[in-house]
Amino acid sequence: MAGEVECEAGVSIEDLLRVLLPRGWFPPVTPGTKYVTVGGAIANDIHGKNHHRDGAFGAAVRELRLLTPAGETLICGPDREPDVFWATVGGVGLTGFILSARVRMLKVESAWLKVDYLRLKNLGELMRELERSDAGYRYSVAWIDGLARGASLGRGVLMRGNHALASELPARMSNILWPAARGRHNVPFDFPSFALNPLSIKAFNALYYALHPDKQGQLVDYDSYFYPLDGLENWNRLYGRGGFTQYQVAFPNETSERGLTEVLERLAAGGRPSFLAVLKRFGPANPGWLSFPREGYTLALDLPMRESLPKLLRDLDDRVVAHGGRLYTAKDALAGADAFRAMYPQVERFRELRKRLDPRGVLSSSLARRVGLVPRGGEALR
Amino acid sequence: MSAFLEGKGRSVLILGATSSVARALAAEFAACGYELFLAARPGEDLDAVAADVALRKRARVHACPLDALDFDSHDAFWNGIVERVGESLAGVVLCFGYLGDQAKGQQDPDEARRIVDTNFTAAVSLLNRAANYLEPRKRGFVCALSSVAGDRGRQSNYLYGAAKAGLSAYLQGLRNRLFKAGVKVTTIKPGFMDTRMTFGKPGLFLVAAPEKAARQVFRALAAGKDVAYVPGFWWPIMSVIRCVPEFVFKRLKL
Ligand SMILES: Cc1cc2nc3c(=O)[nH]c(=O)nc-3n(C[C@H](O)[C@H](O)[C@H](O)COP(=O)(O)OP(=O)(O)OC[C@H]3O[C@@H](n4cnc5c(N)ncnc54)[C@H](O)[C@@H]3O)c2cc1C
Ligand SMILES: NC(=O)c1ccc[n+]([C@@H]2O[C@H](COP(=O)([O-])OP(=O)(O)OC[C@H]3O[C@@H](n4cnc5c(N)ncnc54)[C@H](OP(=O)(O)O)[C@@H]3O)[C@@H](O)[C@H]2O)c1
Repeated sequence: MAGEVECEAGVSIEDLLRVLLPRGWFPPVTPGTKYVTVGGAIANDIHGKNHHRDGAFGAAVRELRLLTPAGETLICGPDREPDVFWATVGGVGLTGFILSARVRMLKVESAWLKVDYLRLKNLGELMRELERSDAGYRYSVAWIDGLARGASLGRGVLMRGNHALASELPARMSNILWPAARGRHNVPFDFPSFALNPLSIKAFNALYYALHPDKQGQLVDYDSYFYPLDGLENWNRLYGRGGFTQYQVAFPNETSERGLTEVLERLAAGGRPSFLAVLKRFGPANPGWLSFPREGYTLALDLPMRESLPKLLRDLDDRVVAHGGRLYTAKDALAGADAFRAMYPQVERFRELRKRLDPRGVLSSSLARRVGLVPRGGEALR
Repeated sequence: MSAFLEGKGRSVLILGATSSVARALAAEFAACGYELFLAARPGEDLDAVAADVALRKRARVHACPLDALDFDSHDAFWNGIVERVGESLAGVVLCFGYLGDQAKGQQDPDEARRIVDTNFTAAVSLLNRAANYLEPRKRGFVCALSSVAGDRGRQSNYLYGAAKAGLSAYLQGLRNRLFKAGVKVTTIKPGFMDTRMTFGKPGLFLVAAPEKAARQVFRALAAGKDVAYVPGFWWPIMSVIRCVPEFVFKRLKL
């Protein structure tokens, strides 16, 4: 059964859940936090744990209204002004303001997921397992121990699940479409920056691995499954005043294992292990010109910020390009224009379209200037 | 108080329903089961506001076109409302307002008139009709969003302030008149709120979120308050400001 919601771009995933989940509808794609808007979901063409099955957010958008920088309101969709549409999906806000969108929702019977946990000893095993059995799960993601080396490199825990059917829930359970709210905790102050050091991260990762033995058919509420961090307000303070950066790469299938291995090895060797590392398999890409997901594998890393990190990552960018990989603009803070152009072959086409939509160059952003989506200040379009 | 919170089978009319505060207020009423009559200038905004609260709260909602400055239309508007609400109307909340441009208003008589007419004359025209409807029925409430700006005239916004002062005085008189009939009249005096009206304006402080303000308006109504500052801390602030003698006040840059 299909249903659509039409909403303003400022409506958040949380709003959608609050209003529609009790009526049996789930967002088609959801990121690791519910505090993002529909506009932001389209502008970064976000992906969820279901990309291998359902694609990215843009695939669920039937139509959107766009206020262009020239002041025109355009309606576009996959069948209507497809160029404008697929440039806007993943277009990081540079084609105009998304005003509203019509989005396909997913029918569900409950707010619960039936989750299987499986530990795997290294990256190769993980990838093999994903190829073998991912199709049986709507949602699939692996947590990876960013510190494991050698034969254990990339060891991790696979967490895969499906929406639980009403018949799969205990009969005494009431209100199956809206479980009681989870408590929220707060990180009240910035942790000292040494709190997250290779040793504590190692301890955390070892603990995490140990705490997730193989289990089948665990019932987990949607909030705990999809949004573990939302339960911890101001979680970013764990990283201390220096903060952290994210680094998310995607490689095509052919080069994934080599590319991922190199990324993990280089970070570990550079003494910059990741606190959170998440691996997932992507299904086929959609036509979004600057859309990040492409068929293959993606690895997302949260890295505590240190002085040496930017250099390490810029070098890594070149390796990513060499393996035919790309970075996610939603997460990246450092990549330069050359690397970006190598990762996203449609940059030129995007700039051409912007000449039409934004002839006076009204819209810009630090990101857009850094990665070369708009001309740098004063510089003419190449 | 409890009767107010039981909205089933009752309706409320919100004038200026596209205001940020009104949107949040509509949600509060809908959550209690009220049927909503949302009046505002017709257009996409009104339709979206009506559809939104209908979907979120599963409320019965009617969008009613109203341009407060089109005085000749007030009769037809009001008669239309009376026809549709039947005997269900529990009360009226007036939210529309126009801050305008003080500097422009000092030179341009149209701007000055627009400020005074929107905030005062139009409010009087519509609330008179509401009062005449509620008085013989001996029940219900009238509520309007005035402003702390009406508590003391200041050079930076006295056109708006004067109109709101007029509105506050009007509501005082109306409260006095309707007391016998048991109709509640509530004057809301908001401080700064983060809405379209104040967007990008310099010199704002202690700015409240419209949703929070709406909660407090709703609570003031439920408690049957006569006058409520929103948020409450504006009461002591305005009490002090009102006490400053005029020979001092006129020298201040406010
Ligand atoms: C804890 C956490 C977990 C995350 N997990 C994932 C994940 O699993 N998968 C994933 O893909 N992403 C993930 N993200 C990233 C997040 O989904 C994206 O950054 C998303 O775009 C944020 O949306 P926002 O509404 O907060 O928009 P903002 O952060 O405000 O904006 C993001 C971009 O969208 C543009 N934009 C926003 N609104 C509009 C509009 N109305 N019209 C035009 N452009 C607009 C902005 O210009 C900007 O370029 C995660 C982020 C966090 C913090
Ligand atoms: N924001 C503050 O700091 C503040 C402080 C004190 C008091 N107030 C008062 O609070 C009330 C709500 O304002 P707000 O802050 O929510 O601002 P707002 O969002 O700008 O709301 C003002 C509303 O008045 C409506 N309006 C103006 N002229 C109208 C007309 N001729 N006919 C019909 N509707 C008309 C506007 O409708 P359109 O959508 O058609 O323009 C708009 O919905 C106002 O009375 C305001 O004076 C606000």
